[in-house]
Amino acid sequence: MADAKPTTFTLSCPVPRVADDRIVLAHGGGGRLTHQLIEKIFLPAFANAALEERHDGAVLPIPGLRAGSRLAFTTDSFVVRPLIFPGGNIGDLAVNGTVNDLAMCGARPLYLSAGFILEEGLEMETLRTVVSSMREAAAKAGVKLVTGDTKVVDKGKGDGIFINTSGIGVIESGLANSFERAGLQPRHQEQKETGALALEERPAISPSAVQPGDAVLVSGDLGRHGIAILSVREGLEFESPILSDTASLWPAVEALLNAGIEIHCLRDLTRGGLATTLNEIAGDRDVCIKLEEALIPVDEVVQGACEILGLDPLYVANEGRFAAILPEAQAAAALDVLKKVDVSRDSVRVGKVEAAPGRTVVLHSRIGGNRVVDMLSGEQLPRIC
Amino acid sequence: MKFLSEYRDQKAAEQLADAIGKKTTRPWTIMEVCGGQTHTIVKSGLEDLLPREITLVHGPGCPVCVTPIELIDKAVSIAQRPEVIFCSFGDMLRVPGSRKSLFDVKAEGADVRIVYSPLDALKLAKTNRDRQVVFFAVGFETTAPANAMAAWQADHDGVENFSLLVSHVLVPPAMEALLSSDHCVVQGFLAAGHVCTVMGFEEYLPIAEKYKVPIVVTGFEPLDILEGILMAVTQLEEGRQEVENQYSRAVRREGNRPAQERISEVFEVSPRQWRGLGEIPASGFQLRGRFQKYDANLRFPFSGEPGRESPECIAGLILQGIKKPHECPAFAVKCTPENPLGAPMVSSEGACAAYYHYGRRQTHDVHAELPSPASR
Amino acid sequence: MCLAVPGRLIEIIDEGDVAFRRGKVDFGGIRKEVNLAYTPEAEVGKYVLVHVGFAISVIDEAEAQRVFQYLRELGALKEELGEVPQ
Repeated sequence: MADAKPTTFTLSCPVPRVADDRIVLAHGGGGRLTHQLIEKIFLPAFANAALEERHDGAVLPIPGLRAGSRLAFTTDSFVVRPLIFPGGNIGDLAVNGTVNDLAMCGARPLYLSAGFILEEGLEMETLRTVVSSMREAAAKAGVKLVTGDTKVVDKGKGDGIFINTSGIGVIESGLANSFERAGLQPRHQEQKETGALALEERPAISPSAVQPGDAVLVSGDLGRHGIAILSVREGLEFESPILSDTASLWPAVEALLNAGIEIHCLRDLTRGGLATTLNEIAGDRDVCIKLEEALIPVDEVVQGACEILGLDPLYVANEGRFAAILPEAQAAAALDVLKKVDVSRDSVRVGKVEAAPGRTVVLHSRIGGNRVVDMLSGEQLPRIC
Repeated sequence: MKFLSEYRDQKAAEQLADAIGKKTTRPWTIMEVCGGQTHTIVKSGLEDLLPREITLVHGPGCPVCVTPIELIDKAVSIAQRPEVIFCSFGDMLRVPGSRKSLFDVKAEGADVRIVYSPLDALKLAKTNRDRQVVFFAVGFETTAPANAMAAWQADHDGVENFSLLVSHVLVPPAMEALLSSDHCVVQGFLAAGHVCTVMGFEEYLPIAEKYKVPIVVTGFEPLDILEGILMAVTQLEEGRQEVENQYSRAVRREGNRPAQERISEVFEVSPRQWRGLGEIPASGFQLRGRFQKYDANLRFPFSGEPGRESPECIAGLILQGIKKPHECPAFAVKCTPENPLGAPMVSSEGACAAYYHYGRRQTHDVHAELPSPASR
Repeated sequence: MCLAVPGRLIEIIDEGDVAFRRGKVDFGGIRKEVNLAYTPEAEVGKYVLVHVGFAISVIDEAEAQRVFQYLRELGALKEELGEVPQ
């Protein structure tokens, strides 16, 4: 009897329970309970003029938008398991992840949307925690959450919470957009005495700008997010716990832009870690990226966790780290700027771009040999973000 | 990390490589037995530091790789039973069977779980009394003490819903089989350091003497392997054929006696099929005496269709060091970690996996294009 | 499969039969519970080599220094012979 599948219809009680402690299907129905959820949980957290309109869509002013400006638009979904981990939860990732995708385009992040898919039976307390984290992360990142959606799926058909966030940002005038760049040579003016290019002259920040001779920097030590997640899944005990590095990277990018540093490419190092990101770039541009193992920053405890779990830190996910590829002549100045910003205070140079062998990332090992750093095969760590 | 990081020191590595270079006057072929050593070599680009006269060949030291295909098929068939929770080390999941791998049946709904220790599997049996928990006990002698303990504790605690599918293989018989083959090109061995931590190295003395090969018990860090090579080359140059212990911080001549005693209590030596190499007498372990009740082979009858290997997989030649992975026509073309034709491409200790991940390709040997450190 | 990692023993939990003797081992900041049945001589503060949840050897700290001692001598020998130091 217990295993009998429902046949033609399912009975449900017509009187909605005032379900305070858990999500029920009716929360996704669009009726009273949905309304309650929005009014009690989402609106108070993200209070802003656009949301308060309670309209189907948000109509928004774009500060800084003028002739020559460009919009950046991105979307990302978050299915991390466990929902809550040392250093954060799925809410932090959902905000910072999308903020960072905008930042990697050189765009000032402005607005986010959030779509929630909740599983029947989810504890309301968990939802509150996640939403509260999103509010804090959004405030810190300087973004407003202006529109959203909620659906509820049957118990067993979801995993607590799935979140999709889309984001809009503005790229100040002068940086050509990716459509314009395709097929065009970058416009460089003669470098002035400072060596820095003015805003109007800089080419777009995108992998297509990467060239042999460029320097490769990373904004901090690797592997914290992945290990924080695994520490829960594997029940690892730490003397002092490793926390996820989830954070907004915009302050670091903004500092680089304001200092007039010419940047060729910015990429955050999420799934698949530094190795995957650099492989994508090397593949796209048919270049060789050469890394110095001795220079790659990994915290001792993170390294230890990787040893025990048989992981390579180069492939472990980060949620608050990025790689910057820029002209060699700008590397020192860029590091100076980055180190003054909290989220990138441990920035360091890790390698350089060369012409050959193409489509390859090579590591010069600590003991002086060379090896290729390949693309990740299969899923090393599922549901990491 | 202490007793790990120091053995990755660049200066020390250069000094050892320099010493090897000075010692070497003629070509020598040395085999490192254990897959873990193969991975360190390829991952650190260690061969770049060696003089051209030294050729390293990779041995059959990958228990995942040598597990017979019939046993994979049996594991898959057991895992598909609804009452079974099938536990295994992560490596075994993607090893191809005749038709499916454990990973395939897991995706189809079988309860297959990755564990890090056989005691984890035993714990699952205790907390899931209504299920049959089966642990895929694969490994060299290194893992035998752990598996023996799992069986012993199960017996001690009266756990009945637990069993082991055993695929233990022993190193010395494999080395002998290799050495007695006509194709053998190996002149010196780096023996598996962790196997010897458990078993000691006395059983290698008759091998060194009979086949006239130096055998150096070696660790797994770059400095260990470089020192092991130095010791082997020194013996070869001086015409000695002894057993030496490089990994003396962990290995004693007699090995770990309590571990050996527990192994003898639970297991007995038996003939074993080695995937790619054929049957080698007295080269495996099977459960004995009162522990036979935990033998999954006996508990789960199996129709036993003969296994079907991919005709293109040359794992046997790879495991004997006769061919290198990038010399296989299917390597990185038809055979990749996502679609492996054989075991060495999926195991974390497999030579093909090491070559694939660290950049050796067949048509495009990237490694060959890399600038090597200034030659000596 | 032969992955064994050294760690420092920080606590021992005895529980009747030696087969159940356990300990807490610190791997550079990560603590794991390890079965100590096969290293009855292991003491708190010593380093053990751990494989699939079992300590299989106590690290001999004097032997661990051996290769570095050899390299020091090698270096000293080079200086003695007047070779250019690396």
